[in-house]
Amino acid sequence: MQLTIKYFGMLAEATSITEEQLQTEACSVSDLLKKLKNQYPKLNDKDFKVAINQELVNNNYRIDNEVEVALLPPFAGG
Amino acid sequence: MEKKKPKNVFVQGAISSQFIGESIAKHQTKTSIGAHNIFLGQVRADEIDGKVITAIDYTAYEEMANQKFHEIREATFAKYNLTCMHIYHSLGAVTAGEICLFVFVSSPRRKVVFEALEYVVEAIKADVPVFGKEIFEDQTHQWKQNT
Repeated sequence: MQLTIKYFGMLAEATSITEEQLQTEACSVSDLLKKLKNQYPKLNDKDFKVAINQELVNNNYRIDNEVEVALLPPFAGG
Repeated sequence: MEKKKPKNVFVQGAISSQFIGESIAKHQTKTSIGAHNIFLGQVRADEIDGKVITAIDYTAYEEMANQKFHEIREATFAKYNLTCMHIYHSLGAVTAGEICLFVFVSSPRRKVVFEALEYVVEAIKADVPVFGKEIFEDQTHQWKQNT
């Protein structure tokens, strides 16, 4: 299945991209993050949350559908 | 009940005092209102390690942010007896001294607007995916983090 991965703020800076498509088997959020941190080592020292289809999820969340995954650095509104 | 589509809260660049003034004027026809309360977030020229912040460049996960603003709005109306509420947040560069967040709540009575405004602003700071790049005078930057 194909996932859309979005990167924001300092994470877009760390990966040098804002969005990409990724082919993957069903996996947990933590499996996916392992893969992304391997691909973008600069993500390793960053603090962020993960949203699936615009809802925050924890690392145990299982991705078994073609969803939009967003990596969100600390919020700074206002 | 039909689900309302979230409004777009974002405006490009700083929020002008003229825009804020016009927002207030628009409420003169709503005569059940007895109290307004307004929060204005202003970009601070903080000095960090001898360098001064000259602007914040805001970005957001816009779809999710507008959805969160919508949820905050619904929760606030459920909790407080408000006549109306408006939220505007900047995207893009906002210079130190300019306004980047405008929250406006109105009610028949004053006590409720004091509480409601704080509730809305704290929820925005905690729950909405907006990101701020703090630009220094030498064009280097760091990333803002709400505390």
